[in-house]
Amino acid sequence: MTVTSHLFGLPLALILLIAVGVIAATGYGVARNRALSRAGGDARGLHSLPRYYGSAAAMFAAVPALGFMVIWLLSQPMVVQNAVLPLIPSAEITDAGIQNLIVSDVSRVAGGLDVAMAQGVLDNAAITAMADDPKDLRDTLGALGVAFGADVKPYVLKAAQASRTLAGQGRFWMLIVVLTLALIGAGIGIRLADPAYRARNVVERGVLVLLIGAASLAVLTTFGIVLSMLFESINFFRLHDWKDFFLGTTWAPNFRGDSDLSILPLLWGTMYISLVALLVAVPIGLYAAIYLSEYAGPKVRAIAKPLLEILAGIPTIVYGLFALLTVGPFLVNIFGRGEAGVLGVEWMSGATAVLTAGLVMGIMLIPFVSSLSDDIINAVPQSLRDGSFGLGATHSETVRQVVLPAALPGIVGAILLAASRAIGETMIVVLGAGAIARISGNPFEAMTTITTRIVSQLTGDTDFASPETLVAFALGLTLFVLTLGLNVVALYIVRTYREQYE
Amino acid sequence: MKQSSLLVQDARTLKRNRAEARFRAYGIAAIVISLLMLTVLLVTIIGRGTGAFQQTYVTLPVELLENKLDKKGNRDLADIKKVSTFGYAPLMADAFEAKVVQAGIETSLSPKKMAAILSKDAAAQLRSFVVANVDKIGETVEFEFLTNSRVDGYLKGRVSRDSIANDKNITPEQLDLVDQLISDGALEKRFNFAFVTGADASDARPEAAGIGVSMIGSFFMMLVVLALALPIGVAASIYLEEFAPKNWITDIIEVNISNLAAVPSIVFGILGLAVFINYMHLPNSAPLVGGLVLTLMTLPTIIISTRASLKSVPPSIRDAALGVGASKMQSVFHHVLPLAAPGILTGTIIGLAQALGETAPLLLIGMVGFIASNPPETLAEGLMSPNSAMPAQIYEWAKRADPAFYERAWGGIIILLLFLITMNAIAVLLRRRFERRW
Repeated sequence: MTVTSHLFGLPLALILLIAVGVIAATGYGVARNRALSRAGGDARGLHSLPRYYGSAAAMFAAVPALGFMVIWLLSQPMVVQNAVLPLIPSAEITDAGIQNLIVSDVSRVAGGLDVAMAQGVLDNAAITAMADDPKDLRDTLGALGVAFGADVKPYVLKAAQASRTLAGQGRFWMLIVVLTLALIGAGIGIRLADPAYRARNVVERGVLVLLIGAASLAVLTTFGIVLSMLFESINFFRLHDWKDFFLGTTWAPNFRGDSDLSILPLLWGTMYISLVALLVAVPIGLYAAIYLSEYAGPKVRAIAKPLLEILAGIPTIVYGLFALLTVGPFLVNIFGRGEAGVLGVEWMSGATAVLTAGLVMGIMLIPFVSSLSDDIINAVPQSLRDGSFGLGATHSETVRQVVLPAALPGIVGAILLAASRAIGETMIVVLGAGAIARISGNPFEAMTTITTRIVSQLTGDTDFASPETLVAFALGLTLFVLTLGLNVVALYIVRTYREQYE
Repeated sequence: MKQSSLLVQDARTLKRNRAEARFRAYGIAAIVISLLMLTVLLVTIIGRGTGAFQQTYVTLPVELLENKLDKKGNRDLADIKKVSTFGYAPLMADAFEAKVVQAGIETSLSPKKMAAILSKDAAAQLRSFVVANVDKIGETVEFEFLTNSRVDGYLKGRVSRDSIANDKNITPEQLDLVDQLISDGALEKRFNFAFVTGADASDARPEAAGIGVSMIGSFFMMLVVLALALPIGVAASIYLEEFAPKNWITDIIEVNISNLAAVPSIVFGILGLAVFINYMHLPNSAPLVGGLVLTLMTLPTIIISTRASLKSVPPSIRDAALGVGASKMQSVFHHVLPLAAPGILTGTIIGLAQALGETAPLLLIGMVGFIASNPPETLAEGLMSPNSAMPAQIYEWAKRADPAFYERAWGGIIILLLFLITMNAIAVLLRRRFERRW
């Protein structure tokens, strides 16, 4: 028996969800009434409030069934993949990397066929007809948004069809098991509904497990991030020399193959732009924080602080547009256009440049630096300032020689956090920094960053079998490690410092 | 020995006082520069974006000629539909010819050239009217057509006679015609509802592009974020704040959450692409996937603010509940949580506002680069069918070559910021109204 992925136009999972919900609701009502009637209709004879008996039954019905469904849905693709592996001629599998690529092709073809069937572009007969020569399939599926780097091979189509059949059978068994589990659970819950049964304790334990599950989702997300990037990065390093990636000096992706994919020029661009941004943000942000916390009266503070926060709340796409359309042309007017420009020099030829992106990113980071530093400066005990004033120091001397040294670790932490922000920032550099990978010291030239290359390698028609696409995952992993390192160090510094005065 | 006096400042004191004044001036300068930047940014946005809310329209009576649209004369819809938008071009040329005669405009342009000041959308507009109103064939109906983006730019001051020297799309004679049509009252700028409600348009028709459909995409994404991030975030915070024992597992979870809050947003996009699209085979470009990615991104923000508001509920509330016989779980859900609710809500709204403006992860899950033309009709379609989102749509317009799209990008930003301001204002109001000091 097979079941298609959609019934009556609704996804199967949704239908199951509704069915389990109905069973659980029925279980709730029946168990609640049964407990009440067994206590002679008087709730005082029960161990727990009547609704807890109902909730326990609903919980028994829903949790195991839905948990099983989620696990099934997550693991089914993997099981199906392993099952169709023997259908691929062993001659084609030269190494494990190639095998992964073929397997991902199979699942993409299968997914594409499902879409095509659902939209009525193809039917079973048409697919069988092209079994030996599936040349047209690439165009057919391409029209549906499933792009392939090469023509679909017959054995891939065969494996894809087999995996679709298996998936259909899998869905059938899932349907049976989930509904059985829900019914059994509801039955147990109803049977247990007895005045002596400690329903509240059971329900509360169940709720606690749910709470723990929600809290561990954060850990799960981190695992997901690391694993998803790690697997694809390993695929990438199977196809591309790791030495070239980390130590080479040219970035020249070429979709016909044989690309130079080295991270150094991108890392250079990232660092350079971040440096410019920090050169703008740190002095302005720090002085703003010092003025607001040390000099400004409550009125100025009440106005200036929220205004600065507005800068932090503006989405980065806005800054990106500002860089591309306002700051870039403005800088070209000053530093470029030869005689027609303000300075009469010809240093800058296009609006996208390190300086453009760096300046705008600096503006974005000002409130970030200033609000963090503000908190840290405020945490310096007043007694230190009073001591300094008592010795006859002026206010600025106190700030420079007492407050800032005391706050220094925290401020360093804030700057590191800002740096991590700058390195991971995407929209400003995508729009403002340009697309040319080079290692150069000229801030008027366009350069490119890790984040821009991730975007450009993963948008448009992507072929997850080519190193040119997979490199994005290696870049992402590097970016993740880089920012994570900065954050951990910064948080450590900030935390150690905070404990000092508490 | 040098006399020191309180009345006469010596050189060293003067120097120190000058340093003091300088230091203070640096601080003021820093604030002034930041506020100046904010002003420049806002002025730029408003100055460049308001144009998108106005569009140039031509009012034109068009005779729906029977011999062009329905040659057999039997009003058969199937036959009428066979006439492509090309077949409608002569009607508009004729309409212009008639208009010129009626208004007494002198021009050397051929009728076809005159009709070229209209948007490429105009023929499609005419065709869909005729298909919907077959009985009107043979009559003269007054239409309001969009002009093309160059004429629109001319009225908004973006295009001038000097700047079109190398422009194939418009000639000075056509601008003369435009001037005369303006004085005739047939051509004017009007508020552009289509920008707020409409869909994106292809590269050649910037005048027809709107942000409405991507607004719906954003709405569905926020729905997903709200439905997932709020319950999960609150549940996680309750566990960490009220139940978690102090041990290394809890420590790991806490460190994890604070680190997740600082992971670059594009990394969440990679996660979404690898897990939701490549592994789970959820549809590309679907608001559901965007919502899931943004949920993971927003969770740390919501958890951090929820924990803060749970912490601000005094322990005496919990003790009182336990004292009258509530279980730990009951004390939290019946007493602590309701008291912390305003704070949680405020944090959630701020988290949602952040998610609404986020662009980078959406690029990776394919929410750019295509035109979602029709608003979705059902909830399932809204979640699963490809759509864009407001920031992704703005990025898409910023990438196109025609400056007419830049105006729309800035206009889109105005709408996006209006949403953000409203959400933040609600958050501030909630805080003001319900904040309790214990």
